[in-house]
Amino acid sequence: MAAHLKKRVYEEFTKVVQQQHEDLSAKKLRLTKPSKSAALHVDLCKATSPADALQYLLQFARKPVEVESVEGVVRILLEHYYKENDASVRLKIASLLGLLSKTAGFSPDCIMDDAINTLQNEKSHQVLAQLLDTLLVIGTKLTENPSVRMRLVEVACKHLTDSSHGVRNKCLQLIGCLGPVEKGVAKEVESQAAKDVQKIIGDHFNDQDPRVRTAAIKAMLQLHERGLKLQQAIYSQACKLLADDYEQVRSAAVQLIWVLSQLYPESIVPIPSSNEEIRLVDDAFGKICHMVSDGSWVVRVQAAKLLGSMQQVSSHFLEQTLDKKLMSDLRRKRTAHERAKELYSSGEFSSGRKWGDDAPKEEIDTGAVNLIESGACGAFVHGLEDEMYEVRIAAVEALCMLAQSSPSFAEKCLDFLVDMFNDEIEEVRLQSIHTMRKISNNITLREDQLDTVLAVLEDSSRDIREALHELLCCTNVSTKEGIHLALVELLKNLTKYPTDRESIWKCLKFLGSRHPTLVLPLVPELLSTHPFFDTPEPDMDDPAYIAVLVLIFNAAKSCPTMPALFSDHTFRHYAYLRDSLSHLVPPLRLPGRKLLSSPVSPSITPHEDPSQQFLHQSLERVYNLQHLDPQGIQELLEFTIRDLQRLGELQSELAGMADFTATYLQCQLLLIKALQEKLWNVAAPLYLKQNALASAAAKQILEETYKMEFMYSGVESRQVVIIHHMRLQAKALQLIVTARTTRGVEPLFGMCEKFLQEVDSFQRCFISELPHMQGSFVDKLLDLMPRLVTSKPSEVVKILQTTLRQSTFLHLPLPEQLHRATANIIEPTGESDNPLRFTSGLVVALDVDATLEHVQDPQGTVKVQVLYPDGQAQIIHPKPADFRNPGPGRHRLITQVYLSHTAWTEPCQIEVRLLLAYNSNRSKASAKIPKASWSESLEALPQSENGIEGTIPFSKPVKVYIMPKPARR
Amino acid sequence: LVCLCLGPGAGQDVGRSCILVSIAGKNVMLDCGMHMGYNDDRRFPDFSYITQNGRLTDFLDCVIISHFHLDHCGALPYFSEMVGYDGPIYMTHPTKAICPILLEDYRKITVDKKGETNFFTSQMIKDCMKKVVAVHLHQTVQVDEELEIKAYYAGHVLGAAMFQIKVGCESVVYTGDYNMTPDRHLGAAWIDKCRPDLLISESTYATTIRDSKRCRERDFLKKVHETVERGGKVLIPVFALGRAQELCILLETFWERMNLKAPIYFSTGLTEKANHYYKLFITWTNQKIRKTFVQRNMFEFKHIKAFDRAFADNPGPMVVFATPGMLHAGQSLQIFRKWAGNEKNMVIMPGYCVQGTVGHKILSGQRKLEMEGRQILEVKMQVEYMSFSAHADAKGIMQLIRQAEPRNVLLVHGEAKKMEFLKQKIEQEFHVSCYMPANGETTTIFTNPSIPVDISLGLLKRETAIGLLPDAKKPKLMHGTLIMKDNSFRLVSPEQALKELGLAEHQLRFTCRVHIQDLRKEHETVLRVYNHLKGVLKDYSVQHLPDGSITVESILIQATAHSEDQGTKVLLVSWTYQDEELGSFLTSLLKKGLPQGAS
Repeated sequence: MAAHLKKRVYEEFTKVVQQQHEDLSAKKLRLTKPSKSAALHVDLCKATSPADALQYLLQFARKPVEVESVEGVVRILLEHYYKENDASVRLKIASLLGLLSKTAGFSPDCIMDDAINTLQNEKSHQVLAQLLDTLLVIGTKLTENPSVRMRLVEVACKHLTDSSHGVRNKCLQLIGCLGPVEKGVAKEVESQAAKDVQKIIGDHFNDQDPRVRTAAIKAMLQLHERGLKLQQAIYSQACKLLADDYEQVRSAAVQLIWVLSQLYPESIVPIPSSNEEIRLVDDAFGKICHMVSDGSWVVRVQAAKLLGSMQQVSSHFLEQTLDKKLMSDLRRKRTAHERAKELYSSGEFSSGRKWGDDAPKEEIDTGAVNLIESGACGAFVHGLEDEMYEVRIAAVEALCMLAQSSPSFAEKCLDFLVDMFNDEIEEVRLQSIHTMRKISNNITLREDQLDTVLAVLEDSSRDIREALHELLCCTNVSTKEGIHLALVELLKNLTKYPTDRESIWKCLKFLGSRHPTLVLPLVPELLSTHPFFDTPEPDMDDPAYIAVLVLIFNAAKSCPTMPALFSDHTFRHYAYLRDSLSHLVPPLRLPGRKLLSSPVSPSITPHEDPSQQFLHQSLERVYNLQHLDPQGIQELLEFTIRDLQRLGELQSELAGMADFTATYLQCQLLLIKALQEKLWNVAAPLYLKQNALASAAAKQILEETYKMEFMYSGVESRQVVIIHHMRLQAKALQLIVTARTTRGVEPLFGMCEKFLQEVDSFQRCFISELPHMQGSFVDKLLDLMPRLVTSKPSEVVKILQTTLRQSTFLHLPLPEQLHRATANIIEPTGESDNPLRFTSGLVVALDVDATLEHVQDPQGTVKVQVLYPDGQAQIIHPKPADFRNPGPGRHRLITQVYLSHTAWTEPCQIEVRLLLAYNSNRSKASAKIPKASWSESLEALPQSENGIEGTIPFSKPVKVYIMPKPARR
Repeated sequence: LVCLCLGPGAGQDVGRSCILVSIAGKNVMLDCGMHMGYNDDRRFPDFSYITQNGRLTDFLDCVIISHFHLDHCGALPYFSEMVGYDGPIYMTHPTKAICPILLEDYRKITVDKKGETNFFTSQMIKDCMKKVVAVHLHQTVQVDEELEIKAYYAGHVLGAAMFQIKVGCESVVYTGDYNMTPDRHLGAAWIDKCRPDLLISESTYATTIRDSKRCRERDFLKKVHETVERGGKVLIPVFALGRAQELCILLETFWERMNLKAPIYFSTGLTEKANHYYKLFITWTNQKIRKTFVQRNMFEFKHIKAFDRAFADNPGPMVVFATPGMLHAGQSLQIFRKWAGNEKNMVIMPGYCVQGTVGHKILSGQRKLEMEGRQILEVKMQVEYMSFSAHADAKGIMQLIRQAEPRNVLLVHGEAKKMEFLKQKIEQEFHVSCYMPANGETTTIFTNPSIPVDISLGLLKRETAIGLLPDAKKPKLMHGTLIMKDNSFRLVSPEQALKELGLAEHQLRFTCRVHIQDLRKEHETVLRVYNHLKGVLKDYSVQHLPDGSITVESILIQATAHSEDQGTKVLLVSWTYQDEELGSFLTSLLKKGLPQGAS
């Protein structure tokens, strides 16, 4: 039972793949295909009742039809169509026609006439609608042919008067998708269809059926999408539709109005019931704002979303959206925001709140207040207060977009965004924090606003806190009290949630470097220095103290007077932190101390980076000195690899580049070493030991090449060729080694063939790159190819061996940017001595939190591996939702891993690590092979036939102490 | 046709809601509230006003209660048991559940504490509740064959509903109290475009446009948080139901989010029972609570515990919700007296306080209070006022009117002066008439009832096929015969009408002579006329018959020479009644004469 339960749990929560090492047999099924059309014909003739016929058709629809036989099938279907009396069967036939004409490679113009003909005599509305749908499919396949399109549009226009909404719907859809877009074309064929598509569609804006009205608007939008410039006259029609009874219509109408407002932003429209005129975009903005308080939330979401993209609207209108014009008992009232602002500007600190503090002040003229038709008035206030969080999120997004384009609006909407930090739904809170971050360039936070923002730091959700830290990184604070407040709150946060350490330090780093002048007056207080007395030296390991220092040191970078305020131990601490937390503490120029951090003189840096130079020089050296004696080459390679590795450690920006080349050189070194072996001169079986070295080298090279290909982001095709080339060499080496060690020829045949296939595919993939590979292994091999194909395995091996020895060392060009994918498991920390106890057979959830850098498509590639002490390994695919993307190139994996095992007698450690899965098919090279356009063919080759799937561990394993207890009976 | 009587109360007044509507011969009573301010007979509506004599049951078709506040349902047991009403009473499920608790509480206070007699008993409340029929949201309930009612969500408090009352094609929407902005536990009122003849709306905040709720919430939370962090105690006097739950959720979620540890207490009794119902009626709450209740029911408070009298003396910070809301008696006053002396503590008044209560005194800034027994209590604790009101403001009312699109609006439950302003606005912006009757005043509203007529499908299809596209918004002309028989209307084709009535068909034919000056022969004239007509009437079938006459559709034209003057030809045009339009057009065309120069 327990085992069963465990299995179920796994099935439900994660996909656990047991690593299996069984080879898929390479058998392929080949199906013979009898003529489909004939079979169908027989079936349909056999059918005695409509129900039978329908069954046959349904069965038929499940199977794909080849391109060649489509036309025949269509003919048969049409034949039956004319004979058939039952509407449902005709309907199915009509839908099949549509399905068939979708078949890739089939040109449906031959069946178009027939399809149009069938329309003539059809009585059933449903079948008519289906036939029109089929025509739509045909039309969309033949979009290049204007006369076909015209013809179909004409057909559609003819059926627009049909009494069924379904038919009218389809007609409008057809017109929308196929109607003439270019004016010129419309003129040419005007003789036949002297119709203006827009007018035809526009006429149906007033249709009696809401579905048709919706379809009409959608068709209009479709025309717009296809590039037709809609007429401005539609605007007034669309405005009327905003008051429609049906939400779909209103929702579509909002979209239409938005489109028009983008097309004719500057034209002038009159305001009804007055003589005034305003810009169309303003009018449309007002109308859409009005829809933010619509009865249907679908419309509200739509409206709120669209508001964000109306950037041409005049600022006067824009600012109204945040002003609800409060009043109380007919007297003007100030909003809480205004009051807060006033309070702040008057310099008063905290007012004991008085009764009637918010008492309304001036009287308002009753005539001047209009409660509802005030256009944009308070639209966002409503949107942000909406019941549905979807609307609120949309409103926040819209605010963000508008604020990004208008700094004055950004200033105004700040209060509202800050308010959203207290929303009941976390998603909304998070969204508003992100929004705030995006607009933070435009704004400076007032102290009271900062106060509210900082209050959220105590939130128990990690995402919220981290988003807030990011926000604080890029906010502008106006006063030194503000900085102090922020620091105090961050420290409070630090004590409450110690895991936020890194994030808080980083936040303080930016806070300090942005506001050096505001930090300066705070320094004595922060460092608690005293003019007369020596204060005790703070504890260097205290995260809070480090946080304060990070703030100060970063501020000191651009404020040379600050170090004068430091006490002795501060300097010592600086030296320590500069070394231990170099990413957080900048180099400082400290006066009168020899601790001048490294010789960073500003004169050199702008030009060539010396370390970059060094990298290139050492590589040059390797590539140039090819004809040294083997021993010399080996030594040089070894030294260079060592240099590169050290360089990678020192210079983080060059780490990817250095590692990449070091790996490549390592491969080369291994290859050379393997070829230097003495075993090649002696009869193989005698030297099994050395032989192990060579085969191990080959294996290692293979592994390294996969790492090179998949673990680095920024690898270009030039590099991929070289990597593949190296892999080919490794395979050749493998082949040679096996040829040497195995007796008998049979296994060799297969291997040789496989190898030659690979050479062949290499040639196909990288044909364009071959000219750059003069004198390389492959180059020589391809010259010998005709000979290789015909010769015996033993000869092949011989040839390979000589070419391998003679081939030159390929120059690895370096791409602009190269980053190595790295992962760091933050949680579990692996330090705990308390085993995680759980009952065997049941599961325990282990929280895994890791940061990933430079991983492309982590959702698809990153896996968690759990290794049990008994050697059992599990690979867990985290859910896509577990990955967050806090910044470009960075990802964060927060997931839960379910562990289970049978009972143990004592606690033991399991290992958790992250793997990067790869599939050689998915590689950058394969993208270049033009894929044969199979469409729905079910017999498509299994994808992974020649792709090698594998995983690369790319994080340090973390040990977790667990203890499955036996279940108590 | 809709006649409305605001007999018992509620008109331009808050408290004692009770409205009588008679719509198309049906009488419906909306709400049955009491006035909290009075302790004598005036507290209940004057039901004798409804029927001077005779039983209420005979007069009223049904009673509808919008929500459980006592000013909307307080007089119900009195009305049904003591005055005597046996008809159906409609309310929503939560209202039905919570209403008796409140009534019982109210009864206890009046009878047991104040010692009044002649008041309804517990049994009466139970009996009254037996007459209640519970309805679901958006469920159409047929009260009798003609009268139907339907409930819409109203926000305000748990289970509050707006009711649509419909008889035939006339309808009234009664809003009760409603809230257009969602709060922490309830959603916003919503109604579809039902286009009632009359919308009866409350107008408590007719002249107010409220600020965003978020500021208030934030302020509230910040104050509580600060006080608790300082180590102070927070007292929040509340009424047992409604706002109390909202504030609880607000604090609960805040505590959860901020990981706070200070205890929150809720004074027991009535509230606990009510909270139980809040847990049950999840569908009546807002989106957030509805969506998350599978993981955790928001009303199952993790941080809020029941209060015990002894806890008030515990050291350390705490937050206490205590009843009643105006600090005039009971637990909240006891706690207040204990805590008032410490400036670290705080009291937050979340609602309005009636004059004379301790709550009102401290809000108006009084720092020394005289308690019973000549004690002087010095108030050192901080006093805060936060208004959390669940009524729609002026904008909300307008929004509801826009959603429902009524033909008339009637404002109740508000102050006359404020209603005047709103009335003016409504008339100005929606162009609908608006009424605001005083107590006891009757308003009559005339409606244009549309009368449904049955039409046979064949006729409808035939008639719509004629002419251009059918247009939803425009009236369409139809030919047919209206038969009024047995209290029903039917539109049938003329032939069928004749058949049903057993009448023979008569044909009405118009003939008209037109004189034309033409010297030519008759048949030549006819040919000219034919050509002319053919040229003008392109869309009609014009035929020249062999016997020398012309037909245009079914209209016959014949030409004869004038008996006296050969130069004048007489054209005889004859058409049936059905072709009147074309016939008269033809004659006027022919009267203009033939074009010259034609052959």
